Amino acid sequence: MTDASVSSPVLAVEDVAGHYGDSHILHGVSMHVSPGEVVTIVGRNGAGKTTLLRAIMGILAKRAGSIKVFDRETIAFAPEKIARLGVGYVPEERGIYATLDVTENLMLPPKVAEGGMSVEQIYQLFPNLHERRRSPGTRLSGGEQQMLAIARVLRTGAKLLLLDEPTEGLAPVIVQQIGATIELMKKQGLTLILVEQNFRFASRLADRHYVMENGRIVDEIERSQVTARMDAIKSYLGI
Amino acid sequence: MSMQALFGQLLVGLINGSFYAMLSLGLAIIFGLLGITNIAQGAFYMLGGFTTWLLFHWAGIGYFWALLLVPVIVGLVGAAIEKTLLRQVYNLDHMYGLLLTFGIMMFIQGMFVYFFATAGRPYAVPSALGGAYNLGFMYLPKYRGWVVLASVVFCFATWFAIEKTSLGRTLRAATENPTLTRAFGVNVPGLMTIGFGIGVALAGAAGVLAAPIYPVSPLMGADLIIVVFAVVVVGGMGSILGSIVTSMMLGLLEGLTKVVYPQGSNMVIFVIMFIVLLIRPAGLFGRER
Amino acid sequence: MSQETLQSVAPITSPSVKSVGPDLTLVWYGLGIAALLAAPFFFYPIFLVKVLCFALFACAFNLLLGSCGLLSFGHAAFFGAAGYVAGHAAKEWGLPFEAALVCGTATAAAIGLLFGYVSVRRQGLQFAMITLALAQLVYFLALQLPFTHAEDGLSAIPRGKVLGMFDLNNIFVLYYATAAVFLIGFIAMHRMTNSTFGQLLRAIRDNEPRAISLGYEVHRYKLMAFVLSATMAGLAGSTKAIAFKIVALTDVHWSTSGSVILMTLLGGLGTLFGPVVGAAVVVSMEDYLADSGLPINAVIGAIFILCILLFRRGIVGEIQQRFGKR
Repeated sequence: MTDASVSSPVLAVEDVAGHYGDSHILHGVSMHVSPGEVVTIVGRNGAGKTTLLRAIMGILAKRAGSIKVFDRETIAFAPEKIARLGVGYVPEERGIYATLDVTENLMLPPKVAEGGMSVEQIYQLFPNLHERRRSPGTRLSGGEQQMLAIARVLRTGAKLLLLDEPTEGLAPVIVQQIGATIELMKKQGLTLILVEQNFRFASRLADRHYVMENGRIVDEIERSQVTARMDAIKSYLGI
Repeated sequence: MSMQALFGQLLVGLINGSFYAMLSLGLAIIFGLLGITNIAQGAFYMLGGFTTWLLFHWAGIGYFWALLLVPVIVGLVGAAIEKTLLRQVYNLDHMYGLLLTFGIMMFIQGMFVYFFATAGRPYAVPSALGGAYNLGFMYLPKYRGWVVLASVVFCFATWFAIEKTSLGRTLRAATENPTLTRAFGVNVPGLMTIGFGIGVALAGAAGVLAAPIYPVSPLMGADLIIVVFAVVVVGGMGSILGSIVTSMMLGLLEGLTKVVYPQGSNMVIFVIMFIVLLIRPAGLFGRER
Repeated sequence: MSQETLQSVAPITSPSVKSVGPDLTLVWYGLGIAALLAAPFFFYPIFLVKVLCFALFACAFNLLLGSCGLLSFGHAAFFGAAGYVAGHAAKEWGLPFEAALVCGTATAAAIGLLFGYVSVRRQGLQFAMITLALAQLVYFLALQLPFTHAEDGLSAIPRGKVLGMFDLNNIFVLYYATAAVFLIGFIAMHRMTNSTFGQLLRAIRDNEPRAISLGYEVHRYKLMAFVLSATMAGLAGSTKAIAFKIVALTDVHWSTSGSVILMTLLGGLGTLFGPVVGAAVVVSMEDYLADSGLPINAVIGAIFILCILLFRRGIVGEIQQRFGKR
């Protein structure tokens, strides 16, 4: 239900503009996410979805407008400051460090809040990572790297997680595993923002979908409305 | 040509190699983390030597305290320079970083020449390390043996810190992908300051070690850094271990040349660099960047 | 935030000069030649001679930087080595002025070929380190070879006569001869920059992989530019040696390489007249500092730092920015 939540939103994005150098990518983007929600951002390639995540995370240097994370205005914050508010980032390229082994990759992100999973819990959840814990990070398969990328933010205790295309290029079996992991994170009460091209995957998990096109939010679709608006969704995504 | 002379020169070569190693290690850390080639590394080496001398002649603080204090002092000076000056050029062409450190080197050296003149000043070998061991085939001055040992310890400690500790892990991550590392909440800009501090502290430490054997002069770092550059080119920008090995090898070669063909000794490393560039442009241990 | 490159700070002006029209170039040249002719009546000729030699040197350095994007830290090697050879040719072999210049310049070209061959395969920081190290090699040679007389320097070089007729000991003759040498060098470099060769070099500088994929032997072209740059630096060094009758170790020292970088930086990296302006400023400054008792290198270092942080475009670059010339 989208009536105003009693608790304040975890994320409130208001009229945000974003640039890469001279290219104006994001135009007047506004969105919000309530605690415990799973929200996806869908749209075609080049719609600006990744750029929006980067703006929220603070790594998009040229940004303007208002971004409030856990009620703090972060539009001018450095990325490390935003992370320490309790935000976890799983980038599209996964960002596994080649010069670190799996354990070091896992331990690298510092704890930003209480309540993160312990190392033992993580290895229980992801047994392959335990097996490969001394391998250089990039020797893992695509799916294992994705697990590692998710696992390491789970350790930090971050309460708002940004996941950029977690299923991209992965086999269906792995996609299922990731889906299960995200369900688990949902159950733990984490707030998730998911950028996804795979709408089927997204629709199974999300409470709401934002549709982006050419750097703008063009639509907002509740879970309950998905079936009714399937044609519109298909045309947005070009499928 | 007596054995004594030969081994004596090889020992000097090993000592020089140790200094090359410490300086190039510092250069590698700074370059990896900040993307800056610190041509002023020689000036920090000189700063280390001079601070050692000054600590004794102005404050009566002796060698062993200097060994602890000087790297810290030099590191702090470096950190201050990083925060005020270097930070401004990170988002520019890398050449500006080189030019900036070149200007810093000229400034530091120029100021010291102005206040202290160019003549070298002697610094006494600490009495605990005086004398020599008779090894049969040569006399090994205790202090010189100490220099090699201490350098190895410094290099090893640095290597250990980088490869095996959590700070080192974070440094390596920040070197590889600074943006993502910041997105995890790591204060990468602060790390860069620390990294620069550590890099120049190594040079400063070499300066302490050098004080009793080479005259302490404002010019002591200038020619040294150029040799270190040649060493870095020969070794390639690859592994820490590679640059240490190259440093020692070239130092020994230099020492050997001094015995066999003294006029060529200060040129041999550059000649080797020329040859290596012909056959293996990326350097002996380098990975093509 | 887009990265500011050496090239974006002060774009190479030659193409724009061309596009403004050939008339304007001739006008500038006319003004320049008029200034050169009139200058010795307003400034001390010997000071101007020094400025012109270093201006030529700085232009040579800037040529390599502008056309290939290569920042050499060892240009003093060509400058000084040429000076030694030219001086030796004039003093010990008794060669006339022009022949001595040729000897010196040819030496610089040869060294340039040798050093360039290994250097141009690398770029950026590696290139800078390599040129620095190779120049140090020349320094050590200069320290040890007998004909250079090491710390004493090669002195009492005879000036001789230009064109066999005009005595170079006359300060005005010396000045005009130097100005002629400078003009010849400057025009040669300007023409190269504007030529197809120059355009090709810029294309390589801007996108080397693409040039390679188009089949160009990029290293050969960069080597040619390197040798030309070294040759011009040698011409400058030879002229200075004979004009001032002395060559010393400082002429092959890295501080001289640093000096010419500062001249170009201060004047405007990559601009056509920047190096000339910068040379005038730095030579004036060094003369003033030498008398003032202030630490020369420290001041130069400080100016370097300030330039990098606050004044990257240099004098000419700033002027171009103000007047919207692109």
